[in-house]
Parts: sequence; C-alpha cells; structure tokens
Amino acid sequence: MTVHNNPGPLGTQTGPPVNHHILSVLVQNRPGVLARVAGLFARRGYNIFSLAVAPAEDEGQSRITIVVDVDSAPLEQIVKQLFKLIDVIKISELDPRRSVERELLIATVKAPADIRSEIQSLVDIFEAKIIAVSADVLTVSLEGHPDKLDDFEDLLDGYGIVELQRTGRVALPKLDRGVRLRALSTNPNHQTGKAG
Amino acid sequence: MSNPTDTDSGTGAVHPQPGDRITGAQALIRALELEGTEVIFGYPGGCILPAYDPLLDSSIRHVLVRHEQGAGHMAEGYAHTSGKPGVTMVTSGPAATNLVTPLMDAYMDSVPMVAITGQVGTAAIGSDAFQECDTVGITRSCTKHNELVMTADDLPMAVRQAFHIATTGRPGPTLVDVPKDVLQNQMTWHWPSDDEVLASLPGYRPNMKGHPRMVKEAAKMILQAERPVIYAGGGILKARAAEALAELVELTNIHVVTTLMARGAFPDSHELNLGMPGMHGNATAVTSMQKSDLLIALGSRFDDRITGKVDAFAPDAKVIHVDIDPAEQGKVRKPDVPIVGDCKLVIEDIVAEIKALLDKGATQADTSAWKSKISGWQEQFPMMYEPSEPGSALKPQFCIEQLRDAAPAGTIVASGVGQHQMYASQYWHFEEPYTWVNSGGLGTMGFSIPAAIGAKAANPDACVWAVDGDGCFQMTAQELVTATLENLPIKVALLNNSYLGMVRQWQEMFYDERYSEVFLDSAAVPDFVMWAESMGCVGIRVESPEEAAPAIEKANTINDRPVVIEFRTEAAEGVFPMVPAGQSNDDIILHPTQHDRKDALQ
Repeated sequence: MTVHNNPGPLGTQTGPPVNHHILSVLVQNRPGVLARVAGLFARRGYNIFSLAVAPAEDEGQSRITIVVDVDSAPLEQIVKQLFKLIDVIKISELDPRRSVERELLIATVKAPADIRSEIQSLVDIFEAKIIAVSADVLTVSLEGHPDKLDDFEDLLDGYGIVELQRTGRVALPKLDRGVRLRALSTNPNHQTGKAG
Repeated sequence: MSNPTDTDSGTGAVHPQPGDRITGAQALIRALELEGTEVIFGYPGGCILPAYDPLLDSSIRHVLVRHEQGAGHMAEGYAHTSGKPGVTMVTSGPAATNLVTPLMDAYMDSVPMVAITGQVGTAAIGSDAFQECDTVGITRSCTKHNELVMTADDLPMAVRQAFHIATTGRPGPTLVDVPKDVLQNQMTWHWPSDDEVLASLPGYRPNMKGHPRMVKEAAKMILQAERPVIYAGGGILKARAAEALAELVELTNIHVVTTLMARGAFPDSHELNLGMPGMHGNATAVTSMQKSDLLIALGSRFDDRITGKVDAFAPDAKVIHVDIDPAEQGKVRKPDVPIVGDCKLVIEDIVAEIKALLDKGATQADTSAWKSKISGWQEQFPMMYEPSEPGSALKPQFCIEQLRDAAPAGTIVASGVGQHQMYASQYWHFEEPYTWVNSGGLGTMGFSIPAAIGAKAANPDACVWAVDGDGCFQMTAQELVTATLENLPIKVALLNNSYLGMVRQWQEMFYDERYSEVFLDSAAVPDFVMWAESMGCVGIRVESPEEAAPAIEKANTINDRPVVIEFRTEAAEGVFPMVPAGQSNDDIILHPTQHDRKDALQ
C-alpha cells in the first residue's frame, strides 16, 4: 500500500517519489519531544522528506506528520523504533489515496511589468493569492494538495523564484470512506506493544 | 557538604504525609526511598548539593566513588546481580558527561538504572552557567528515557516514571535532571499512585504476553525441527527466565548456546549446553547454529558478534524470535515466528503448548543424527590452549582455570573488555544466573572494577572477582579506593600481558604483525602491586604457574579489604576460535593445533 503515485502534469521534481510514506505520529506535547523524534531519525540513519508539527485535538498532545524515505530503512523498522520513544502515543501510516493532504507554499517570484499579468493569471488559475507586491517581484501563496503545489512551483520557476518556503505536508484520514488509517500498533502481524 | 552555615542545609530527611510542605531535595530522597533504593552510587557537587543534605538522615546507603563513570558502572553491576535498579546520583556539567559512558553501556546491555543529575538553576539554564551542560540533550540517545524537572512538585512523578520505565519492558537506563532551585524550593508532597503513573505515560505499554497464535506456531515448529538450537541471550536473565529455559530444555532435549550476555542463564555443566557462540565462541556452538534448521532465539538480538556476516548466517534455519522489544523483530534477521513478549511468560507458554501437543499424540522429530553430529564436533574441537613452557610467561587461560577451580560456589565474575573478557567467558564454568557481569554491547574498557564493586554492594557475602587486563585496569583502578573505604572487598585478577591484547591480536592477524600503539609496557610501569597497596588493597604478583594457586588461595581468605593479583601473562597468546569481523561463521579460525581437521565441521 501507500505507493505514492504523483502524476502531476508537469512532473514531480519536488514532490515525494514513490518510496515515501506518510506517518502521522501522535505524541505527548512535552519539551524535547521533537528533538527525540528528530534525533531518532538522525542516529538510526533514516531520512525525513518533510515534517510538520502542531498541537493536536487533545490538550497535551501534538501531531507530527512525517514523510519518510523508506529507501533508507524498512518502514516497519522505522515505525517500531519510533514507537520505542516513551512520548509517542500512536503511529498511523496514512495511505495517500485514503487521506487528505495539505501544504502551504509561499514564494517570491520575479515579476517585471511586462510579464506581471502572466503571473497574475497563473495565480488565478491555481486559486493562489498575491500577498505582497513590489516593483520587480511578487510574493504569492498557495494552500492545497502537495501535488498541486509542485505544479505551481514548477510553473513559477519559469519566471524566476527568488525565495521559496513550503511547510511540509499535513494529513488526516479521509472521512467519506471511514477512518481508514492503518494503525500499525494494532496490526497483529506487528505484534503490538511498546517496548521499551 | 554539611557546613551549618551553608544556606542549603537544614533540610533533613522526612517522612512526609500528603499535603506536607517539604523541599524538593527532601521529596527527591523520599521518592528514592519509596522506590526501594538501598544504595546510591554517587558523587556530590554544586548543583546536586541540596539533595545530599536530606541524604544524611536517610536509610539509603551512599557509596562515595572516585569518578562518576565508576558510579554508573557500579550501579550497573548492582542492578545486574540483584535484579533491582541501580541508582546513581551526581552533579551537573562534567559529572553528567562522565555518566554518559555507563548510561550508554546500560542502554546497550538493557541494564535497569536510574541516574539523578543536578542541573543549574532554572533561571540559568541556557546561559552557559558554571558547570552547565544540556544533560537531557546529551543523554537522549543513551537513555531509554530522560526528563528535566522544572518544578519541585513534579519530582515525585518524575522519579516514579524513571523507575517504572527503567525496570519494565526492555530494561534500560533513565535519567532525571534536577535544577538546583527545584531541589531548594518548597513543594506539596504527593506520592503518585501506580494508576497515576500509568496514566501519565499513555504511550508506554510494554507487551508482556506472547501472541497465542505465534506461541502455537512456535511449539509446532520446535517439535518438527531435526536440527534445533536454542539461542539464549541476555533477555533470559532480564526476564528472570532461567528456570523456564531449563524446563524448555528438559522437555525438548534441545541444545542451548548461551551468548556472552547470557553466560550463567543455563548451567555450563549441563550436557545440552554448548557454551558461548559468536566471534570467540567455541567451534561447536558456532557451527551448530550455522548448520541448524531451527534457531529458537530467546531474548537475543542477532548481534554482529554472533551472526558474523548476516547473509551467510545459519542459512538453512527457520527462526523463532522471542523478544520484549518489537523493534528487535526483523531488525537483523527476519523471523519466521516473531513473538513479542516477556521471555519468561512466553517460554512458559511455549512449554505448556508443547506439552499439550504431546498429550494430543504429537511426537518430536528424530534429532539423534543431529545430536551425534554435535557430540562429534565437541570431541574433535574442545576449547584448548597450549600450556606454557617451564620458565616462560603464564598462559591467561591457565590463570582463569586456576581462579575458577578455587572459587567458592556462587562466586560472581565481572570482566573488563578484551582478551581477558573472552578467556573468562570461555574458561569459567558458569552454573548460576547473575554470576557473570560484563560489558557486551558497548565494550567498555574499565568496566570490571566498578561493576564488581556494585555487585559486591548487592551481594556482600559473595566472593566477587574482577577479571581485568592491564589496559582496562588503568582506566578505572581508582575505584579500588572506593572499595577499600566503603568496605566492598572485591578481588581483582589482573592479567598483565603489557599489551592491549585484543588490538595486538588483530594487528598480528590482519595487519601483518605491524604493531601500532598497542604496547603499554605495563610490566615496567606502573607497579601494580605498589599501586594496589597504595589504595588499601593487598597486592600480589604472580610470575610463574606454581605461584598461581597459592596466591589465589591467599586472596580467597582475605575478606577485610580488596586484593589485586597481577598475573604476568604471555603477550603472544591469542583468543581462539575466532570468526574475523564481517566474515561468515563458516570461516571460523580454529586454534592452530585444530585447524587441520576443520573439514570435520562440515
């Protein structure tokens, strides 16, 4: 599962290639918890493609959405090692086909007067926003599916991106098909249980 | 420390009632008492000072070490031989960094240990204050869990969590970092209940019971195997599962190998014990694993020192892997039957399942051909060394045998790291669990003396030998001062070959005998006997075989202070058999006198 097909019309240079998986990690919101997660990835030699952290619905808990590169280690081993962290409460692997993903992009792009209208129409097509304007450049923002952001970024790149920042993806299971998140911790083949 | 004008003083130990106002320091010491702490191995200093005042009035014994690393290894030796968590308490900054090695050692070998470190005041954290370091940051990757406590009211819960996490699931070290003002401030006493502790750790629920379907599968597989081997690891000891293991062996008549971490988990005198496998394991133990059709891995983790080249390890074997840590399943070798759970409970379940199958008329496969093959290997490839020529230096193996044969029952052996460690593991006869303490995963030189002191603190009536090398001894020997002054009279067998013997052996075998920085010249300097005596020990030097037994006999009669016997041993002696690092276990290098019959291992 979770083979991440990324069929953007304009290629997917910045999007995650097929060997990336999304982990949604519910943690106790305590000092140092991000350092524990990041430190684990570093010392075990696992690669993080992107990472987003924010408080979750329950007070005292945060959700970390990690896109991991499973070429660096088997996903199962990454999940098990993550689960050994005392502050990690639950780990779900999100299948991209059954989850909603969002990301935010802001970019400052070259926009001399003669091509400014082209960029303006690109912004309109993507339902992006212009959030700052100066004589030579525009700063635009786009929120949406990461694939859409990839396409937008590719197109902007043709005009010359001065600065770019993306947030990394956040994700939740889709509601219309039930909560189809696969909680690895409850899979009998993985023999539940936190170790220590 | 107890200077009456010191503003930190006047906070003696108390037995507070819920709601009582006491200092954080009093709460810390009371919490340690309530967790059953009998001994703290520690060293005071600036930031931890407030905690040392109520300690004066506490029932807890404090062993004042000479270096914080020693305190950590003592806590490990105490923990491993008693089954209780070892406790160490030191100050901030350099004291905390000195604890890093024992914390990592305990993490690698799954030793339950709780470390309390002082920290600079909360207002000074992050300011590069005197003796400040980021202790929780530094120790994050060498503890099972750690916490910086920011208010005194949180101390009891932090201590309870630290003990709970250290001793349950896969055991390991935990650390509680306590700023000085948190120790000084008043708090309202509250002792969290077990339920409160569990509720505070929603992400920590170790799985104890094995999955019934997997247990059934394992039982079936065990009865079907024609060439089975039980691969017993240190988890057997952590889970107090030695009796359960013995029951499984008696029921199935399957041979057992006991890894370096599991020596003593099954009696060496038992005919089904093949001894130690791995890089310096005996030929039969190594080869039986290699040729087996079923490896029953119990609390073992397929360490590279056991498997050799992983791709070539036990190629025909199916694997049943019992481990309480789910992350060990499939980390190195994919198991056919993974069972996550406590070794003792799982083995008991497997035994019950096998009995049920036998009752229903199942039969065990015929293993007689395999057994005769194994006994053939045992006959042809016994552990051996060549005795020393008259007048030449002692053989280290001879020294171990002499120590072993004179040791009273229940003797505990702690070892450093290197050739002497391997000789001790190979040539001692371990009959009881928890009589062997060593640094397996991290390979910490200097481990033996402090670990032996910790073992002695836990077992004051036991004879405790530290088997050490001349390199190791010079790393932590100062703890013999601790042993003398704290009345923890251990005995040290120092095998002095003047070299970093194991490194020398690798240079001899793999670097064309180009010896680089391995000659310690320790027959010339230091004078170990004088050094031992200057630390309050009895020092004895043994230079010839006939001196060994009388010296050991003398050492065994001294119980009022530590003894150091320096054995002058042969530098050119090597540890055999040996599987060179990264090579297949099929490429085992036997003792030179056995090598011509190596084909018989096929």
